[in-house]
Amino acid sequence: MLAADGTPLKTSLARALRRQKIRALALIAPLLLFVVITFIIPIATMLFRSVENQIVSNTMPEATLALQNWDESSDQTPEEPLFQALYFDLFKAAEAKEHTKLGTRLNYEQTGTSSLFRTTGRKLDDVGEEWQDPIEDIAPALKDGETWFALMSGRGDNTLLEARRSLWNDMVPDAFNGDVGLTLSDEVAGMLPLTAAAYSDWAIFEALEEGRDIAKRDPWEAVYVGLGLDLRNADTVAAIDSYSGPHAQDLKLLTAQLDQLPDLMFRDAFADLDEDWLDPEVWQTIKIYSPDYTSGYFLNAVDMEIGSDGAQMRPDNQQIYIKLFVRTLWMSLVITASCIVLGYPVAWLLANLPLRSANVLMILVLLPFWTSLLVRTSAWKVLLQQQGVINEILVWLGFVDDANRLILMNNATGTVIAMTHILLPFMILPLYSVMKTIPPTYLRAAKSLGATNWTAFWRVYFPQSVPGIGAGSILVFILAIGYYITPEIVGGTSGVFISNRIAYHISSSLNWGLAAALGSILLAVVLLLYWLYDRIVGIDNVKLGG
Amino acid sequence: MRKLHIVSAVSTLGLMAGLAHAGGHMASDMTLVSWGGAYQQSQINAYTDPYVAMNSGVTVTWDESSAEAVAKLRAMNEAGNITWDVVDVVAADALRLCDEGLAMEIDANDQLAAAPDGTSAEDDFGDLLVGDCFIPQIVYSTTFGYRTDMVPAGAEAPNDICDVFDLETYPGMRALEKRPINNVEWALLCDGVAKADVYDVLATEEGQEQALAKLDTIKDSVIWWSAGADTPQLLADGEIFMGSTYNGRLFAAIEEQGQPIGMMWDAQVFDLDGWIIPEGLSDERKARALDFVYFATDTQRLADQAKYISYGPARLSSAPLVGQHASLGIDMAPHMPTDPNNAANTFLYNYEFWADYRDDIDAKFQAWLAQ
Repeated sequence: MLAADGTPLKTSLARALRRQKIRALALIAPLLLFVVITFIIPIATMLFRSVENQIVSNTMPEATLALQNWDESSDQTPEEPLFQALYFDLFKAAEAKEHTKLGTRLNYEQTGTSSLFRTTGRKLDDVGEEWQDPIEDIAPALKDGETWFALMSGRGDNTLLEARRSLWNDMVPDAFNGDVGLTLSDEVAGMLPLTAAAYSDWAIFEALEEGRDIAKRDPWEAVYVGLGLDLRNADTVAAIDSYSGPHAQDLKLLTAQLDQLPDLMFRDAFADLDEDWLDPEVWQTIKIYSPDYTSGYFLNAVDMEIGSDGAQMRPDNQQIYIKLFVRTLWMSLVITASCIVLGYPVAWLLANLPLRSANVLMILVLLPFWTSLLVRTSAWKVLLQQQGVINEILVWLGFVDDANRLILMNNATGTVIAMTHILLPFMILPLYSVMKTIPPTYLRAAKSLGATNWTAFWRVYFPQSVPGIGAGSILVFILAIGYYITPEIVGGTSGVFISNRIAYHISSSLNWGLAAALGSILLAVVLLLYWLYDRIVGIDNVKLGG
Repeated sequence: MRKLHIVSAVSTLGLMAGLAHAGGHMASDMTLVSWGGAYQQSQINAYTDPYVAMNSGVTVTWDESSAEAVAKLRAMNEAGNITWDVVDVVAADALRLCDEGLAMEIDANDQLAAAPDGTSAEDDFGDLLVGDCFIPQIVYSTTFGYRTDMVPAGAEAPNDICDVFDLETYPGMRALEKRPINNVEWALLCDGVAKADVYDVLATEEGQEQALAKLDTIKDSVIWWSAGADTPQLLADGEIFMGSTYNGRLFAAIEEQGQPIGMMWDAQVFDLDGWIIPEGLSDERKARALDFVYFATDTQRLADQAKYISYGPARLSSAPLVGQHASLGIDMAPHMPTDPNNAANTFLYNYEFWADYRDDIDAKFQAWLAQ
């Protein structure tokens, strides 16, 4: 069959439909983009933190690599090469003030790491001076930054420099782009590998972070350490003998007096700085958390931890999150149920009273809805406390003994009462809009056919109002699960929710990874319940009106 | 004629120098972050009002976000848009901000005013310069207030920290902060641990359990607070017999509102509050922030703040200058936590210890609370 212009009708129709779809998509595009940019992307990136863990390998790349050869179940402190890698990593990190971030991160897993990294970073310069002083005594020219620049510069393709730059950029994202002003001599870099690496690190930092001219500045201690370590290598010593580039004579002064250089071991040096470095537990923690992605936060969020042999439950005195999840779900259910019980009659009245009185009632429902959450919660405090309005009235009426006043807040009761009140409008409004559409004639018809009041209500009216209950319950339940201000104020210790712990980890402990893991689990639970609801009740059975 | 020329040239130069100081290299807007309430008002009276009077054209905006300062600064830093210039935080938070690289390092001798007698800023602040970024301002303490009219007949007014744990002599509810810090120290102190050993004991699993076991003896009689205003309100309403809070809050309840509340200074825990300057400000804004902080933490300004609130100035040299309350006209010195009569038995918040153990002990504390 052909359309008027001769194309097949099917193609023509498909084209028209596609055009319509694109137009519709273009119309909602602003909203879609807005939602994606301001809602979905931020939430996704925040939740992604629950598995992210690059900080360890980015801050200590070489030590992380060296750790792969260490057996964490051996209960032995790692060997010298690891401590040597640790020195160069930590030295850089301390200069860029990144080491304390790592300490804070690892302190979530191993208490004491925070101060271990902080104090070590502060004293790390002392280790370097053990090399710097004798080297400068033997070859005074190496005191001078210009000597160093002349020594390290030369012909080459800067492969090493670029490799070091990308390590810096891993540690501090994209902070080290630009011209360093150094062409590393390939000959010197081959002869003095550790020195050249350390000098490149320093040059990149000095030029791009501090913005100084590296040709005129003295390098930092780690460069002297690199030179000292290179000189322990027989190949280097041999290479220096045949080397004739700039400042060859200074290097030869050093090779002639190798015995003047310290025979310091990094393992001992770190043990001097803080003996915790010899503790295998510290290294186990670092190794467990050295991969780029970790399940640690999620395990922590369900009261588990990574032990020596895989995941295991935390000790009893540290288990809290599962209990809080269960409590949050259970109390949200209780709050939803009490909202139904209290809201249903009110919505029925609203839908069935004459317009004038219904409007007054509607304002009474909406007025608290428009009042600040904090004000309403604080008002409940005044009402519920032991010397509060409710207890005073009950004592005055003689229902309650003065010495045994009811404890209505700082426990689960307080949370349920205050949150039921705060969330009630979210139940009443959908119920009302559904009830408004139920024709009163149905009830009358049922009664005229002989039904009692109860039968007429239960068999005729109630089933038609169920979509309103469904909509109201979903609204109230999902809002309740995420509440934290009200539980914080009136909940005491037995009425707080999982959200209170999430808020604590976001704003106080700064353990955003754990907060993200808890949030992800909460989101997953809500989606799961939604799916269950859809399976059991059917989501088509939910109406917000009409 | 020639002479006149020189004079006018000199005066022009002088004028230019003055202009340069007033605004040439400094931003004219400044956002300060503080805690709100009476404390922020005392800072407005003692610091920013005189500062603005001296530097016309500077506008100061206040943000009352100090309680969430660490989290917000971290978020700002990640977004690459720091909107705060000077932030008031407690010393523990300053230490964390410094660790996270979110606060600027300060060289006290170089960037803060020396005392009038020439003592360097470093010596004048002494031990209170916690970490590398913190600029101390006040010493406050967490201590107890009790209802004077609820002291049982025949009993003395409570004057010992262990009275908090003595439900027999002093029945009634208590209010304690909903976090382990301070509470576990007090618990150990009243469970026979010597003051010098408290942190050694707390560093062990057994010590932590011991502290929680001691707190367990009063758990049913405790309301846990999370805002400093809670305890004064609970005391005023007669909800509790005694509770811990910041000493300035109790001063306000007792002296300004005339509530029947008494102070119990025993085993009060000193803590510090002060300024930090966020890392990553533009040069103009940094210059303005440093200029303000130099002014606002000099000897006289710190002493002035004590006219409005009962927190002790952080400089040694400010102490003799503390005078009377600006509106009540009472001597402020006896109400300072640092007054010798109040400071017979004190603790100083152990920053290093809590930086390490905060997460660990808090997890156990919260699990214990939820039991």
